[in-house]
Amino acid sequence: MNTPPNLILLFVILFNFFILGTSRLGTCIRSVALQGALLSLLPLFLHTTTVHTYLLAGGAFILKGLLMPWLLFRAIRQVQIRREVEPRIGYITTLLLGALTTAGAFIFGDRLPLLPAHLHSLFIPAALSTLAAGFLMLITRRKAITQVLGYLMFENGIFIFGTLLAEAMPFMVEMGVLLDMLVAIFVMGIVMHHINREFSTLNTEQLSLLRE
Amino acid sequence: MLLYAAILLPLAAAMIAALLPSDRLRPWLIPITAITQFAMVLQLTATGTPATHAGNLIGLDALGRFILFVVSLLYAACSFYALGYLRYHPDRENRIFTIALLCFPGAMTIAAAAQHLGLLWVAVEATTLLSAPLIYYNRNRFSIEATWKYLLLCSVGIALAMLGILFVAYAGLHGGGEQELLLDQMLAAAPLYSKPWLRVGFVFLLVGFGTKMGLAPLHTWKPDAYGEAPGLVGGLLAGGLTSVAFLAILRAVQIMIAAGEQALVQQMLLALGVLSLIFAAVFVIRQRDIKRMLAYSSVEHMGILVIGVAVGGLATYGAMFHVLNNALTKGVLFMTAGNIHRYYGSKRMCETQGALSVLPYSASFFLAGFLAITGSPPFAPFMSEFTILRGIFASGHLALGALFIGLLVVIFIGMGGTVLPVAMGPHFDDADEPTEYRETLLTIASPMLLLAAVLCLGIYLPEPLRLMFSEAARLVEVTP
Repeated sequence: MNTPPNLILLFVILFNFFILGTSRLGTCIRSVALQGALLSLLPLFLHTTTVHTYLLAGGAFILKGLLMPWLLFRAIRQVQIRREVEPRIGYITTLLLGALTTAGAFIFGDRLPLLPAHLHSLFIPAALSTLAAGFLMLITRRKAITQVLGYLMFENGIFIFGTLLAEAMPFMVEMGVLLDMLVAIFVMGIVMHHINREFSTLNTEQLSLLRE
Repeated sequence: MLLYAAILLPLAAAMIAALLPSDRLRPWLIPITAITQFAMVLQLTATGTPATHAGNLIGLDALGRFILFVVSLLYAACSFYALGYLRYHPDRENRIFTIALLCFPGAMTIAAAAQHLGLLWVAVEATTLLSAPLIYYNRNRFSIEATWKYLLLCSVGIALAMLGILFVAYAGLHGGGEQELLLDQMLAAAPLYSKPWLRVGFVFLLVGFGTKMGLAPLHTWKPDAYGEAPGLVGGLLAGGLTSVAFLAILRAVQIMIAAGEQALVQQMLLALGVLSLIFAAVFVIRQRDIKRMLAYSSVEHMGILVIGVAVGGLATYGAMFHVLNNALTKGVLFMTAGNIHRYYGSKRMCETQGALSVLPYSASFFLAGFLAITGSPPFAPFMSEFTILRGIFASGHLALGALFIGLLVVIFIGMGGTVLPVAMGPHFDDADEPTEYRETLLTIASPMLLLAAVLCLGIYLPEPLRLMFSEAARLVEVTP
């Protein structure tokens, strides 16, 4: 249980709660980036280290730990917001929901038909609970930028699961996936800029002009 | 080699577009690229080469070849309209729009030719990102809202599809086989896959790519995005992108069939398909906005496609035929709706009445397109829908067949209630019109070409096309 991957995953789960509970936008972005950076270390401990794993870990570290927070900080500088996260429901409620989904993830993870090597490791619960936390961020936050953060956490959860299967993906495809995500964040940043210009706010509740 | 050229050509053209300083010359790249690429694709489909090679990430099987043909044909026909469309906005910077429009067929070609699920995912996600600037071209409050919803919903949806791909890979790992994600290896190893993981993976894949395809209840971005995008972009999304997403779902279906899991595929596809028809029927009635109406029509046809695949046998063949018909007809409808929108400066039904008297070509093509898409003879969608219906009854799904016909009739009446006043209603001569917009050859030729194709296919289906449909259908046929 005390292997390095499990320790990393434990921190990742703790970060989920920290992100769900924090009210400062800057802290939120840093935490998601740190979570991504921690995750990028996972492949190093899992497989026999080849050039492939080093490149994957390095690529993920640069993208998740450095480029994405840089893009997001640039985005909030452009639209000049520093204030809170503006949740739709309170922080305590979100944290409670997060705790519930994490507990669910642990229970559900035990019931899945896993390979013997993956039994009793934190991989499946950590992946599921990070996915759930990402969903919670997407649903419960009002600001466009926090929704992007939710999307990033969601991707982090998928990355945890993906490290179990790193050999199934050729290096080109892996980099393609990471690059797609980077461009997605870049495009979302531009769209946020335009939302802010049109509506003078990043509050997505304003985005309700289109309806039946 | 030709396949790589067909992928690289649009990307190279996009690079030239980025370097070209003139806003007036840049759009010319679109038809030139589109026609050249279509010629390449024709060559590829005619010769049937290159077939897939084991271990290659890229190759064309019957299904990929067919989808590539459909999207490339639609794109080639739309490219002239793009030229005409950008002429209406000579003052507006079109660099980003043109670059995105040029990269679009490149990404779709990669998706059609991808033999690796990961690569397929990368290409489909790339199309999502490329279409964001296309939808936002009009740069107002409405279009930014539509773009944001589209981007966020589709990105999350596609992320779910990635999770599904990983689950399927884990099913392979659990089955003790290779954990490769190459399609031919997966199909060979599928019988050994761990069933629970495979089933969960399929559901995630279906939800993920189903969001992209716009199956109800995952279609909520569709009316907004199609409603606010320029008509040209709406046509490309409704005809091209949905076909590519359909291909992604079919890849998952292929693996499930190889694993002997037809029952789940049939149930899931049937449920989503029928739900899509119901949603479309409910929302198309009294729909006052012509572009949103077309979006719900698109939801309907996505439903028809998956029902066709779910039923199997003759209906699968019909569904393949319908992919082509839906793409071509949606092109006609969105481009002509764009013309009507521009003339009136509105896409509300009450403000766009009597279009036939002022826009004779656009309005008559719009009307004909409506008749075609709702399945009236002699247009081609009638033939394909009738084939699907025959397949449904032949396989003994009597209740499904009756429901199918009933919902199609409701949608016909609902769409007619909007389209007929727009085309033939009394024309109000308000003081503040007429606008400067006049129909030009470029904005008329594209829908006319597509409409002619839809009409011809309804009357006579050439043998090579029939062969292409049945070869594609054979790959995804569920045995009833």
